[in-house]
Amino acid sequence: MNQVLLIFLPVLFALFVPLLYKTFSRIHTGWFVLLVPLTLAIYYARFIPNITEGPYTSTFYWVKSLDLSVTSYLDGLSLLFSLLITIIGSLVVLYSIFYLDRKKEQLHNFYFYLLMFMTAMLGVVQSDHLISLYLFWELTSISSFLLIGYWYNRDRSRFGALKSMMITVFGGLMMLGGFLLLAQAGGSYSIRELIANGSVIADSPYFIWMIVLILLGAFTKSAQFPFYIWLPDAMEAPTPVSAYLHSATMVKAGIYLVARLTPLFAVSEYWIWLVVLSGLITLFWGSFFAVKQTDLKGILAFSTVSQLGMIMAMLGAAGIAFHVESPQKTIFAFAAYAAIFHLVNHATFKGSLFMVAGIVDHETGTRDIRKLGGLMSLMPISFTIAAIGSLAMAGLPPFNGFLSKELFLTSMLSLKEFSLFNFSTWGPILPWVAFVASIFTFVYCLYFLYYTFMGKGNTSKLPKKPHEAPIGMLISPIILASLVVAIFFIPNVIGKYFIKPAVLAMQPQLYETIDDIPIHVQAWHGWTTELQMTIGIVVIGFLLFITLKKWQPIYRFVSEKWSLNGLYNRLMRFADVDSQKLSNLYMTGSMRHYLMYMFAFMVVAVISTLFMSNGFNYSTANTAEVGIFEIATLIVMIIGTLTVLIARTRLTAIIALGAVGYSVALFFIIFNAPDLALTQLVIETVSVALFLLAFYHLPKMSRHEERMPFKINNFLIALGVGVMVTLVALSAQSQKLLPSISQYYKDTVYTKAGGGNIVNVILVDYRGFDTLFEITVLAIAGMAILGMIKLRRPKKEKKTHETK
Amino acid sequence: MEVVMSFAIGFLFMAAVYLILSKSILRIIIGTGLLSHGAHLLILTMGGLGGEAPPVLADGVTNMADPLPQALILTAIVISFGVTAFFLVLAYRAYQELGTDNLDEIRRILADDD
Repeated sequence: MNQVLLIFLPVLFALFVPLLYKTFSRIHTGWFVLLVPLTLAIYYARFIPNITEGPYTSTFYWVKSLDLSVTSYLDGLSLLFSLLITIIGSLVVLYSIFYLDRKKEQLHNFYFYLLMFMTAMLGVVQSDHLISLYLFWELTSISSFLLIGYWYNRDRSRFGALKSMMITVFGGLMMLGGFLLLAQAGGSYSIRELIANGSVIADSPYFIWMIVLILLGAFTKSAQFPFYIWLPDAMEAPTPVSAYLHSATMVKAGIYLVARLTPLFAVSEYWIWLVVLSGLITLFWGSFFAVKQTDLKGILAFSTVSQLGMIMAMLGAAGIAFHVESPQKTIFAFAAYAAIFHLVNHATFKGSLFMVAGIVDHETGTRDIRKLGGLMSLMPISFTIAAIGSLAMAGLPPFNGFLSKELFLTSMLSLKEFSLFNFSTWGPILPWVAFVASIFTFVYCLYFLYYTFMGKGNTSKLPKKPHEAPIGMLISPIILASLVVAIFFIPNVIGKYFIKPAVLAMQPQLYETIDDIPIHVQAWHGWTTELQMTIGIVVIGFLLFITLKKWQPIYRFVSEKWSLNGLYNRLMRFADVDSQKLSNLYMTGSMRHYLMYMFAFMVVAVISTLFMSNGFNYSTANTAEVGIFEIATLIVMIIGTLTVLIARTRLTAIIALGAVGYSVALFFIIFNAPDLALTQLVIETVSVALFLLAFYHLPKMSRHEERMPFKINNFLIALGVGVMVTLVALSAQSQKLLPSISQYYKDTVYTKAGGGNIVNVILVDYRGFDTLFEITVLAIAGMAILGMIKLRRPKKEKKTHETK
Repeated sequence: MEVVMSFAIGFLFMAAVYLILSKSILRIIIGTGLLSHGAHLLILTMGGLGGEAPPVLADGVTNMADPLPQALILTAIVISFGVTAFFLVLAYRAYQELGTDNLDEIRRILADDD
C-alpha cells in the first residue's frame, strides 16, 4: 500500500510548494523540493539487492466495481526506471536551484509542474493496470506541456509546448485504443495477466491493430521518426527541464513501454520489423541532422532522438530472441542487455551534456554555436565535463558509451544471421545503416565539443563576460560525468544489480535467475568485427569532421526539401484555417439555408427509410366515403392556400389565410368534431383580428422577389415535404395494427367520470395535465407579448451596455 | 376520404414549407399558420374519419367519431395560437427596431452591429 502512495508523494508535496515559496521567500524553494526525489531514491535503492527475489506489488483500488486500480508493480525493469527518475530528478533539482533565479522566476510554478511530472513518470513505469498507465502517461504529456511553456510570454515557448502536446497526445490516444483492444482480447487490464495469457491475445484478429496503435503511442513519446519533430522545439523549456524530461526520463517512457510489452508482442514479425526499422531510421536521421544545428540544445535534441532510435533498434532485435534457438538465442538476448545498458549510459552522459549547455548559456548569454568558441581556458571544469559526455556519446573508451556501442554493433551484426521474416534479404543492410549513423554520431559529438570550447572564438563579443560557473551548478554534472567514467570500469557491477534484473523482467521466458544471463561486459573483447568497425567510425568520422566546412552547406539543400516541420505546419493550418473555410461554406448565418438543410434531410431520411423498410402501403379498406360537402370544402381550402401563395398585398394574404382556417373548421363539422369546430372558428377569428390589429404596423407585403434558382430550390424542397407527408399519411392509415383505446373512454365516460361530452371529459378529467400545461403555454405567451411591447431599452443605453 | 385528405394535407404542407422558406417575415408566419392547419387535419385523418355522430353520449348512437384525436387537436390548436400570436408580436417588434422584414437584410444589419 505505501508503495503505491509513494508514487503520489511528489504531487502531494507539490501542493505545499506555493505555501513554502511564499512563507520562506528568502530560501530557494528548490531546497525543500530536493527532499522528495532524495527520499524516494533512498527508498527505491533499498530494493536493489533483492529485486530478483520477486516483484513487489501493492494495489490501491480506485473504482472497484469497474476493476480500476492503481497497482504498483516493482520488478527489475520498473526499479531501474524508478531509480533513474528519482536520482536524475534529485540532480536536476539541485542544478535548477543554481540555474533559476530566486527573485526573477516564478519558482512555485516550476517546482509544482516538475513534481507533478515526477509522480506521472513514476506512475508510468510502475503501473500494472493499463488504464492507470494511460492516465499517468497523459499526465506526463500535460506536465511536459506546462514545463515547456514555462516562460509563457515567449512565442516560441508556446509554439513548442503546443506542438509537443499535439503530437504526444495524439500518440497517447492511439495507445489508449490499443490498450482497450488488448484488454478486450486478453480479458484483463493487468499487464502481468496479459503476458501470462499471451497465446490467446496473439490469436486475436485485432492483434496487428494493437501492435500498430500501441507502437504509435511509444513512438510519439520517444520521439521516433517521423514523430521526433516536437523534441527540438521543446528545447525552449528551461535547461533543467530539457535535461530531465527530454533526455533522461519522459522520452524513455516509450522505450519502457516497448520493453515492458516485448514478451507479449515479440511473437509477431510486424512488431520486430516496426521497432527495428523505426529505430534505425531514427538513429540515422537524428545523427545526420544533428550536424546541421547551430543551437547547442538543438544539437543535443537531435542527438537524443538518434540515441533513442538506437535503443529502440536494440529492443527490436531483442524481440527476435523469442523466435530462435540457441546458440543464436544468446546473441539476440544480448540485445536486450545492450538496450538497457545504453539507456542507463545515455541518461548519464546526456544529462551532463544538457547541464553543460545550460551552464554555457547561463555564463555567456548565448547558445549559438557560431558565436561560441575558445571557452576551454575560461571554463575548464565545464569543458572537462563536456568532453567526457561527448566522447562517451561518440562511443570512445574509456567511457561507458564505448561499451554500449560495442554491444549495439554486436546486436546489429547478428541481424545478418537471422533468417526468419525476410531478414535474410534485408538484414545485411541494417548493420551498414548503424555504421553510417555511428559515423555521424561521432561527427556531431566533435562538432558540439570543438565549436563550443575550442577553436578561435572571440570571447569578448559574447553578451556576457564568460567565466566558470558557480560550484553549486557544477555538482550535478560532475556527479553524472564521474558516473560515465565509473561505469566504464565497473560495467559488470552495474550489470549485476541494475541491468540483469531488468533484462530478466523483459525476457522472463528465457531465464530463471539472473545468473542464467551469460553476459560479462569487457572493455577489451578481442580483435572482433565490432572493434574494427569502431576504428572505421573514428577514422571516417574524423576525416568528415576536418572537412566539415566543405560539406556542411549541403544541409541547406537537403533540409528544406525533407522538412517534416513543414508538413506539421501545413497540417495544423489545414485543421485550423481550411476547416473553418469548410464550415463557413455551409454555416452561412442565413436561417433560410439552415431550414433548407433540415427539410431536405428530413425528406431524404423519411422517404428512404419508408422504402428501404418496405413501409409504404396503400389500401382503401376501412376508409370513409367521399362526399360532396367534403369536396366542396376541399376546393375552398385549396383556392385559399393558392391565394396566400400568390398574394401581393398583406390584406389579401391575411383574408385568404382566414378562409383556409374557416374551411378547416368546416372540415371539423363534417367529420363530427363540434368542439373543434367551435374552437377553430373562434381562434381563427381572433388570429385574423390580431393580424388586422397589427395591420398598420406590419410591413407592406413585400415579396422580396427571389432569383429563379432560389425559387426552384424552395419549390423542390417544399414539394418533397408535401410528398413525404402524403406518403406517410397513406401508409399509416393503410396499416392500422392495433385497435384504438378510445373504446374505453366511450364506455366509461358516464359511469366513471360523470360526463356526456367525451372530448371535454378527456380534456379535463382523463388527460387533465395536458390542459393544465396548455393553459400555462397561453399564460407564458401572453406575458411574453406584454413584455415585448412594454419593455424597451433606449438605444443610447444599449450602446453603452455593449461597449462594456 | 382518408386518401383524398392525405393528398390535401400534403398540399397544405407543401404550401407551408414554401412560405417558410421565403424572405419575408410575414409570409413565414402565415406559413406556420398553414403548417399547423395541416398538422391538425393530419391528426384527425389518421384517427379515422368513419364516425357517424359526434363523440357525445346520446341515446341510440353507436358509431361515434374517435374522441381522442379531437382532444389532442384541441390542445394543439390553443398552443399553436399562443405561439402564432407571440411570433406576430415578435415580427412587429423586429420590424419596428430594424425597419425591415427581409430576413437577408436583418442578417446584414445584425452582422454590422457586431
